Amino acid sequence: MAERLDRPVLDVSSLPTVHFGTHSLTWWGIMGMMAIEGTVFVLMIASYFYLHSRSVEWPPHRNPPDLMWGTVNLALFLISAIPSEWYRRRARKGDLKAVQIGLVLVSLFGLAILGVRYLELLHLNTDWSIDAYGSAVWTLMGLHILHLVTDLVDTIVLTVLFFTSLVEGKRFMDAEENAAYWYFVVGFWIPIYLVIYWAPRWLHA
Amino acid sequence: MITTKVATETQLTEEELRKALQLERIWQEPRGFVGWFKAVHHTTIGMRYVVTAFIFFLLAGLLAGAMRLQLAFPEAHFLSNDKYNQFFTMHGSTMMFLFAVPMMFEALSVYLVPLMVGTRNIAFPRLNAYSYYLYVFGGIMFYVAFLCNTGADRGWFAYVPLSGPDYGVGKRADFWAQLITFTEVSALAVAVEIIVTVFRLRAPGMSLNRIPIFVWGQVIVAFMVIFALPGVVLSSTMLLLDRTCGTQFFNPSVGGDVLLYQHLFWWFGHPEVYLIFIPGTAVVSTIVTTFSRRHIFGYLVLVLSLVSTGFIAFGLWVHHMFATGIPQIAESYFTGASMMIAIPTGVQIFCWIATMATGKVVLRTPMWWAIGFFFVFVMGGLTGMFLASVPTDLQVHDTYFVVAHFHYVLIGGAVFPLFGAIFYWFPKVTGRMLSEPLGQLSFWLFFIGFNVTFFPMHLVGLRGMPRRVYTYEPGMGWTLLNQIESSGYILLFLSVSILLWNVYRSLRRGRIAGPNPWHAGTLEWATTSPPPHYNFLHLPTVNGREALWDAAPNQPVVVGLSEDSRQILTTRSLDAEPDGREELPSPSIWPFLAALATTAAFIGSIFTPWGITIGSVPVAITMIGWFWPKKQAADRRRAREIWQND
Amino acid sequence: MMILAVPGFPGNQTSLNPVGPGASHIEFEFSLIFWITCAVYCIVLLGLVIAVARRRHSLETIPEPLATNEPTERLTRRSVTAAVAVTVVLLFIMLIGSFQTGRALGDMNQEDALPIEIYGHQWWWEVRYPNNEAYKIVETANEIHVPVGVPIRFSGTSRDVIHSFWAPNVSGKRDLLPGYKAEFVWQVDQPGRWRGQCAEYCGLQHAHMSFEIVAETKEQFAEWLSNQAKSSVQPSTPQATRGQQVFMTHACVLCHSIRGTSAGSRNGPDLTHLASRATIAAGTLPDTVGNLGGWILNAQSIKPGCRMPPNQLSGSELQDLLAYLETLK
Repeated sequence: MAERLDRPVLDVSSLPTVHFGTHSLTWWGIMGMMAIEGTVFVLMIASYFYLHSRSVEWPPHRNPPDLMWGTVNLALFLISAIPSEWYRRRARKGDLKAVQIGLVLVSLFGLAILGVRYLELLHLNTDWSIDAYGSAVWTLMGLHILHLVTDLVDTIVLTVLFFTSLVEGKRFMDAEENAAYWYFVVGFWIPIYLVIYWAPRWLHA
Repeated sequence: MITTKVATETQLTEEELRKALQLERIWQEPRGFVGWFKAVHHTTIGMRYVVTAFIFFLLAGLLAGAMRLQLAFPEAHFLSNDKYNQFFTMHGSTMMFLFAVPMMFEALSVYLVPLMVGTRNIAFPRLNAYSYYLYVFGGIMFYVAFLCNTGADRGWFAYVPLSGPDYGVGKRADFWAQLITFTEVSALAVAVEIIVTVFRLRAPGMSLNRIPIFVWGQVIVAFMVIFALPGVVLSSTMLLLDRTCGTQFFNPSVGGDVLLYQHLFWWFGHPEVYLIFIPGTAVVSTIVTTFSRRHIFGYLVLVLSLVSTGFIAFGLWVHHMFATGIPQIAESYFTGASMMIAIPTGVQIFCWIATMATGKVVLRTPMWWAIGFFFVFVMGGLTGMFLASVPTDLQVHDTYFVVAHFHYVLIGGAVFPLFGAIFYWFPKVTGRMLSEPLGQLSFWLFFIGFNVTFFPMHLVGLRGMPRRVYTYEPGMGWTLLNQIESSGYILLFLSVSILLWNVYRSLRRGRIAGPNPWHAGTLEWATTSPPPHYNFLHLPTVNGREALWDAAPNQPVVVGLSEDSRQILTTRSLDAEPDGREELPSPSIWPFLAALATTAAFIGSIFTPWGITIGSVPVAITMIGWFWPKKQAADRRRAREIWQND
Repeated sequence: MMILAVPGFPGNQTSLNPVGPGASHIEFEFSLIFWITCAVYCIVLLGLVIAVARRRHSLETIPEPLATNEPTERLTRRSVTAAVAVTVVLLFIMLIGSFQTGRALGDMNQEDALPIEIYGHQWWWEVRYPNNEAYKIVETANEIHVPVGVPIRFSGTSRDVIHSFWAPNVSGKRDLLPGYKAEFVWQVDQPGRWRGQCAEYCGLQHAHMSFEIVAETKEQFAEWLSNQAKSSVQPSTPQATRGQQVFMTHACVLCHSIRGTSAGSRNGPDLTHLASRATIAAGTLPDTVGNLGGWILNAQSIKPGCRMPPNQLSGSELQDLLAYLETLK
């Protein structure tokens, strides 16, 4: 429905309505969220090391967290990047089947990781109320769990949506952004894993 | 030649009239009681922010009045020590968390930025609504606690261990910490919206070097919010965890550290004051430009100054901790940085004065407030030098000298520009002019009253009066100065009352403003007053930094957006060339419901650690409802999709 | 400075009346910054007033916006650059001044410094003069005697929340933080009683947490110190003896210590030499019999929220107790 005006016009009617990456508004929103949450993580890690600098023994009077389950989760996270990247690229082409499969796979990975995360918590070898070390370890873990759980719920909802008749171009944009956010959760696990599991082993107060 | 050709009823062609009615139908806000809770337009939400933040300003001002009455006489018994401690904490917390940032950043940017960049609505409109509801629910929670004698009473920054589980008895500090949670989520959400709006929704032709200084200021603040707020997120979370779950972050006997709290808090706390001040400078730049009748002098250095202020602000925080025994090398660095930040601020001041000196100054009420800003803010900035230098800081820190300093910079740097902004934009928002004589009267009463109230505080601080004291002994030499300060309050009270009267009267009987009563240059003046819900009949394109002053004789307008949906144009970040079209969401009840669920979770967690875990379920449900698409809309969009070619 | 000249100001508890090297160094830096900032303020605001006053159009209309011309812009650019350059230079001067003052404070003479320990409590100051010989250790509260002209090495911490130890005539403040040991050097060169007050909000009675630095000659100080080290005077009159009994059989012993008796609690101030002090309740009231009586009966009415509960004593019990306490010189 073009209007006729007696002045020069800039006609934008042929511009795309489905576009990915930096072209999408919600992509920028997700990046903003990553910046915010990333800063929270960085400051929490800094707090961990600050408390360490004020201590004589680290961890105080106990063993560092057991390595096994944390490392299992690290492996699961890293492997989950494969289906995630696959469906992200297929989403840009509008490949419905691939996105459906990919989302289901990543959801399953997420559930497995959540289960292993529970085992990690049982093997941290500390309680949060004993001292500042315990509080710092549990809070760092807790922040990551918060992101893991919210991203998992997001992913599952999106997965369900992709099996309905509500699929449209915008949903493929959401799929790409969902993959990007999963990378954030995976990506931040690497330094947090190193801090919780390896920092006490490498630093002897 | 000013091109302010805008769509007003009398000048519309038939075609334009049809388009206006169609756009109104698509973009209108829902009516009725329930409809109020579904609103998503930025001017609606922006107005709510303005009104709510101003109410909090008035409440905090009344609290200050009671404080001044108590301090007018040595060993007075008007307020008990416990009440006074609650009053000064509520005053500070309200001003900082419920007024200053929500007004200077959220209210002003939400209302004005989408108009100034030439688009139809803010990015993420439902998130915008959600952020407002969270803000107002947090404020209500805070004051309900206060009315139940559980008001926060540990100072607006609530240092540990005083606010911790051992010495912060009851739930007072929990309500304070949770207030932070509400207001921080709200501010962070708006920050993301502003960044996306400014980078992706600008009118074609509005390249980076043509963005209004006001918008630059607000987007820089948005970036600062993103990196600064996490500090207080963590400090208040750790405080809540220590108080409710038995963590030991701040317990020195088991490895905790009281300074960890201060570092995390001030990492946020110092940038916070710039979150308040930079929008003030953004307003001053705008008013000085319009009322000097020329492009602002030094646009590039002004932008660079704002950016560098934003960065340097993150390197100053330890100057709030000079008395704690920081190693000298660290102190030297923070002194240097604290003094260095005066350079970009000075650059701004000199550019503004240069603009006025080489322009044709028009003196109307907004300009008076801007001039008042100079007198007050510059004094505050200069007293900051005493605080930047460690030795002098160790004498004036935590005394009334610093109370004077921060009131000069905050009231000078934010409230004066805010009142200027009110007089400047009231015609745009309401369609009527405020009374100029009443405006002058409020200005002079405020300017004089402010100085009478706050200048003596420098002196009484140098005479040894510490801050946060509910009373003082006679014979200290402080009584007369305190009485002068308290009498100044009366003038401030009168001034604000006259302002409110001016607003009330002008809403009914003010002179009709028309689209551009100040003949200003930015895009918000290119539409009717008040703006319609679709903002602009024709989305504009831009030819220069002052869109209206620099417009070509026949500046093109944008056509080709769908007229039966909320479709907007997205443009490229650097040069604002047209890039794509996206559909913004329509009004919805979900943001309100999600805010209710979030509020329940946050307040619940004060009373039980399970509050978050159980509370997260309704939050998840409401957010799924929010995100879940409508079939009809999805089908419509799918039918008309144009995919980008990779 | 002028502020001192204004009537009603005793010159006590102010940084503008330095009585020692610490406050003197700081006052120099203060003056430097004061004069520079005063000059800057006047010049900048003058510039503003001139810029605004040169209006060249009528008051009613709002004129068209100006186009800017290059020669004016060039001149303006130069002026703004010059102003910024001057700003940088002045900032540099203040920065150097700041570092110099900091260094001077850090370099203060510490030879043969007298050690004193300060412990912040809600809402009083525990003062301890350590000594290698245990019988010479002095513990007192709120009143800190020091010899004139001798460096004092304070070390301090808090027993509860953050407090701040500040006597502006002598030096800048230092926060006392739980979990940290603060160490700082002060020196008083002028004899007198110099008032200080807690400068970090610490709860209900932050407003009434003062102390006094009593600076006296070396001889007077030595005499005071050796008296303070002595055990308490044993009551010599029947009334005082009864008074001691009242003390020992009431709540007093739960918080207060009097060396030489069985009262040894450290919760509240040490009272061994209570009668030698000029004030009670951390500088809130002069130490007179009347004030002391009122304080003992109901401290809450004078300093609401403080840790001392009201005490139910009959008239005669109170008189006996006061008679005893008066002997504790």
